[in-house]
Amino acid sequence: MGGVHPDDNKIARECPIEVLPLPDTVYVSMAQHLGAPAKPVVAVGDSVKAGQVIAEPAGFISAFVHSPVSGTVKSIAPRKDLAGNPQIHVEIKVEGDEWAEGIDLSKDLVTSIPDDRNAMLDRIKACGVVGLGGATFPTHVKLNPAPGKVAECLIINGAECEPFLTSDYRVMLERPKEIVVGAAIMQKILGGCRCVIAIEENKPQAVKVMSEAVSSLGYAGIKVSVLKKKYPQGGEKQLIDAVMKRQVKSGGLPIDAGAVVQNVSTALAVYEAVQKNRPLVTNVLTVTGENVPANMQHNYLFRIGIPLSFIIDHAGGIPEIAGKIVSGGPMMGKAVSNIEATTVKGSSSVLYLSEEMTRRKEASQCIRCGRCADACPMGLEPFLLNRLAKADDMAALEENAVQDCIECGCCLYSCPANIPLLDRIRIAKGQVMGIIKSRNIKK
Amino acid sequence: MDKMLVSPSPHIHTRTSTASLMRDVIIALMPAVIVSVVFYGWSELLILAVSVVSCVLLEWAITKYLLHRPSTISDLSAVVTGLLLAMNLPSTAPWWVAVTGAVIAIGVAKMTFGGIGQNVFNPAITARVFLLISFPAIMTDWTAAPGFVDFPDAISGSTLLGVYSEGGIDALMPFGYGTGRLYQDIGGSAGEISCIALLAGFVYLLVRKVVKPWITLSIFGTVALISFIFNMADPAVYTGPVFNLLTGGMILGACFMATDYVTSPMSTAGGIIYGVGIGFIVMMIRYFGAYPEGMSFAILLMNMVVPLINRKFHQKKYGRA
Repeated sequence: MGGVHPDDNKIARECPIEVLPLPDTVYVSMAQHLGAPAKPVVAVGDSVKAGQVIAEPAGFISAFVHSPVSGTVKSIAPRKDLAGNPQIHVEIKVEGDEWAEGIDLSKDLVTSIPDDRNAMLDRIKACGVVGLGGATFPTHVKLNPAPGKVAECLIINGAECEPFLTSDYRVMLERPKEIVVGAAIMQKILGGCRCVIAIEENKPQAVKVMSEAVSSLGYAGIKVSVLKKKYPQGGEKQLIDAVMKRQVKSGGLPIDAGAVVQNVSTALAVYEAVQKNRPLVTNVLTVTGENVPANMQHNYLFRIGIPLSFIIDHAGGIPEIAGKIVSGGPMMGKAVSNIEATTVKGSSSVLYLSEEMTRRKEASQCIRCGRCADACPMGLEPFLLNRLAKADDMAALEENAVQDCIECGCCLYSCPANIPLLDRIRIAKGQVMGIIKSRNIKK
Repeated sequence: MDKMLVSPSPHIHTRTSTASLMRDVIIALMPAVIVSVVFYGWSELLILAVSVVSCVLLEWAITKYLLHRPSTISDLSAVVTGLLLAMNLPSTAPWWVAVTGAVIAIGVAKMTFGGIGQNVFNPAITARVFLLISFPAIMTDWTAAPGFVDFPDAISGSTLLGVYSEGGIDALMPFGYGTGRLYQDIGGSAGEISCIALLAGFVYLLVRKVVKPWITLSIFGTVALISFIFNMADPAVYTGPVFNLLTGGMILGACFMATDYVTSPMSTAGGIIYGVGIGFIVMMIRYFGAYPEGMSFAILLMNMVVPLINRKFHQKKYGRA
């Protein structure tokens, strides 16, 4: 159903993962995950080690945050994030690189999986693991379905369907066995359901490497599945449909369809948490862009809390062609208005787009071609939702399922009249979700 | 950093635009345009030129002097309307008929509703029907004008459908009825004379994914089915499927006019209903109506039903069985 086929542009696919050096100071955001921002548990002047807890969850859907470096806490204060919104950040002056006790930093692969399900869940929670595919939903919550819900299939998402991004691809090529062990851990936590590692067909090398890792490790019930190349194939709902031939009911959760979806990089983080007691303070991001010189294309293993400006400078500065800097993919990423914003657990790219490629063209009248409806992976009719949103018709918007929109951007991408469909639909969706929520509270 | 753009996602856009879609339609019409100019000569070229130029000029003038809006002619939709209008006229039609058609198509059917995307009726079809009713003699004068190639069979003053309407099946026999020629070698409006050229253009539109095949296929399917049944019941009275699929405005209408984005349903299911409706109406007019050909009326009538079809038929939504 639906989907679009933008140019792949995986320009940085052959760039091996490099370790990004540390800046003098890091600023660790307390809003690293979906849900309530974490609550700092350190004070100004404290000295911290890498991997030490600096903030704890402030609710059921929240997560621990750890210091990515060793050093001294300089301040705990609001600082602007990517979008320019103030968030509490813990400022740490970097001193050496000393890690907290009990963290295994060796590269040795640990393949034997502990037996205690709850201990593994606790470890994942304690290590602050969140989903690294974009939504940064706390992983331990997703791996612990509500009573009565049974996971039938664990899907490890290696689709990486956003153009330009290559970080998941590199992780699959360079850490395949760790990913498979991580998958086996989650499989065990979920009660031994089957597990499918889903990769798009445009990454044959990743398919090969992951398949070899699966067969060499020999865990039961894990297989690699090749998906058609299509955006947004890696969307959670689309992936469940593609792998399990099953759809998540509107308003429901993947687990209602018997599915749990975790990104490949999350599987690696789970491996490191459970097998190495290593908190999630690093991830891989891609620095790339069309017509960006080859020596400025990189895949970096970064620590959280590093200002984007530091990464940009390290990679060779802002390239001449850049008209926009995006954090994330070109379809769903966020435009960067503030390069002093810092990396978070879910950072996936510093993407440079030329003005010619990215500037919105003036909208003309809808020609009712229906391309937006063909492109919508949720089967919605964006032209209709746009019209209803203009008319502020909340009842009709809800009836036409605006709340099911996943904000993938396919409608706006495909509109030949350049109508800003998603802009308006996104706002209308927020309004309708608010109405639904307040109605449910009244009940 | 000061000069960086900041806007909501998505940050990239397809290269397809309204103008590029219209350009593809123009390209798709070119084989048929060339064939008609070759067969009908200068007079056909004149009709094409007058029709396209007056459609574009009118749209420009209306946006500038009446609506005080930025001109929309660069989206090329007026060129498409002009071409389709010309292909619906006999090559012998005087130039002012084309101009009148442009006034109806652009002035009445398109711009009074608010321009591209807003019109209920297909502009070129509206103009054709208006002209057919207003100037029946001119609009049914299918005397073949001298073309650029010598074409010995091109002698008739009437279309095959006209011959059938007046004289029944027997009258068709001298024209080789039943031999299933894909190549119409007797009189007709420009758009009617070459099935192959039109179909080639339509295949181009399909390959370029400009249109989907469902509307066209459901028209052809319905026409074939209805004429098959009637022809089986009484072959001495009712023409058969091959004849009906290859004559008149069937291919031009089904491939290029019924598939007009603006005036056809948005959903696949809706498109099929719409196509079946057109196929049914055109066959009823051909078999039982006073007019020999009913493609324009069929499309126009079904245009009216499109808002209703759109209200009833929607896409299949994810997760809502």
